[in-house]
Amino acid sequence: MKTQHKITLSVLVAAAIIAGCATAPSSADLDKTTAAVVKSSFRDEGIVKASVLDTDETNKACSAADVAGKPLDEATAKAIEASNMKTIKWPANGKFLGNWQEGEKLAQSGRGLTWTDDAKTPNGGNCYNCHQIDKKEISFGTIGPSLYNFGKLRGVSDPNSPASKAMVEYTWGKIWNAKAYNACSNMPRAGHMGIMTEAQVADLVALLLDPKSPVNQ
Amino acid sequence: MMLHRSISLLTVGCLLASAALAQKTAVQSIEEYRAMLQDGNPADLFEAKGEDLWKQKRGPKNASLEKCDLGKGPGVVKGAFVELPRYFSDTNKVQDLESRLLTCMETLQGFNAVEIAKTPFGRGEQNNMTALVTWISAESKGMKFNLSQVHPQEKTFYEVGKRLFFQRAGPHDFSCSSCHGQDNTRIRLQDLPNLTKNPGDGIGFAAWPAYRVSNGQMWGMQQRLNDCYRQQRFPYPGFASDATVALGVYLGVNSQGSASVAPAIKR
Repeated sequence: MKTQHKITLSVLVAAAIIAGCATAPSSADLDKTTAAVVKSSFRDEGIVKASVLDTDETNKACSAADVAGKPLDEATAKAIEASNMKTIKWPANGKFLGNWQEGEKLAQSGRGLTWTDDAKTPNGGNCYNCHQIDKKEISFGTIGPSLYNFGKLRGVSDPNSPASKAMVEYTWGKIWNAKAYNACSNMPRAGHMGIMTEAQVADLVALLLDPKSPVNQ
Repeated sequence: MMLHRSISLLTVGCLLASAALAQKTAVQSIEEYRAMLQDGNPADLFEAKGEDLWKQKRGPKNASLEKCDLGKGPGVVKGAFVELPRYFSDTNKVQDLESRLLTCMETLQGFNAVEIAKTPFGRGEQNNMTALVTWISAESKGMKFNLSQVHPQEKTFYEVGKRLFFQRAGPHDFSCSSCHGQDNTRIRLQDLPNLTKNPGDGIGFAAWPAYRVSNGQMWGMQQRLNDCYRQQRFPYPGFASDATVALGVYLGVNSQGSASVAPAIKR
């Protein structure tokens, strides 16, 4: 099976080279060759299926922009953001804020959805991997901005007040689907991709916006 | 925790000062731990085992690997590592060190390359593979990466590797670039090299194979890439698969001129 894949690939690579002949293969040829390489190289393992590589238009457009070394044009970016905005599921019970203590636990955990996890492994939010959050936690990443004082800096003193509504909704939406606000954000789409449940998203919103959360001290 | 509680009785000024002190101490102890890592590298043991394995008659054909051509002619080991992956005319493929060793183990020694590739890391012949790559990389220690981009397949593999590097997918939309596409970032406290350009001597591609203190394991580049993909929530990349070799070409060419410190030591 493996050998067969390799032969198929060599033929594909050779074909791509012959097609290009004297000239170098075009970017489209290289995209095709890459797709063939991906298909022959990755396999299911544990709970992870190879089909998770069949990704959506958002990721495809952002990957292509990264390869080209040019950001998406504004119209495409706006269209991607709009289509992601439509996927946001707002809290069915109208409660945007859950329990910040639970949110902190989720923020700490980077577990779940790898091939060494099982289906019962609770998914973590992976938040501290990239963000500063509670100041007491010194082991934080810097790929994303600091979220320390997130609510305080945005003037959220009462998350239930009408004045806070827009910020509360933004926070929920950003965690649910970060690409709704920034087409090629590095941030996962926690709600949209099923990494976090609705209740867990509410706990994370509370971590960021609850005035009692250590984030806002 | 207890300390923090009692301190909270003091003035705000004292609290801030003590928090800064606690933070410094934690960071300092991490720095001390890192400094400790430089005292001795257990990779030496794998290196010695690898050299023995290279010279030892093994496999169904009871032959050594001393006639293996790693790109600089049969039996030439010094300098081979810093030119890999590269194109090999006998296999008509671009191969990295591990995939080239599979070829040699099959053709010279009579091992089944497919079986070895299927063996999980840390078991059977994969342990021998790790020792071999440790020794072979050590023979090029301090030399500068200089991958060929002359053959059309080498150029194609660079471009494929670049596309793989930026491939966003899986439940988290991660790509290699999510962590390794910017300067001066960290995951938790771990510094991340920017691999879209030359990260410099002994960083990124130039720091593997490496001994990992945190789990007491020696890892080659194949295992390093494999674990990146695991954390990316991607499916399993086959050992020595074209995707892993193409990524190696992309990273290796980007590291052109940087010195290899392999075998390195990591947290």
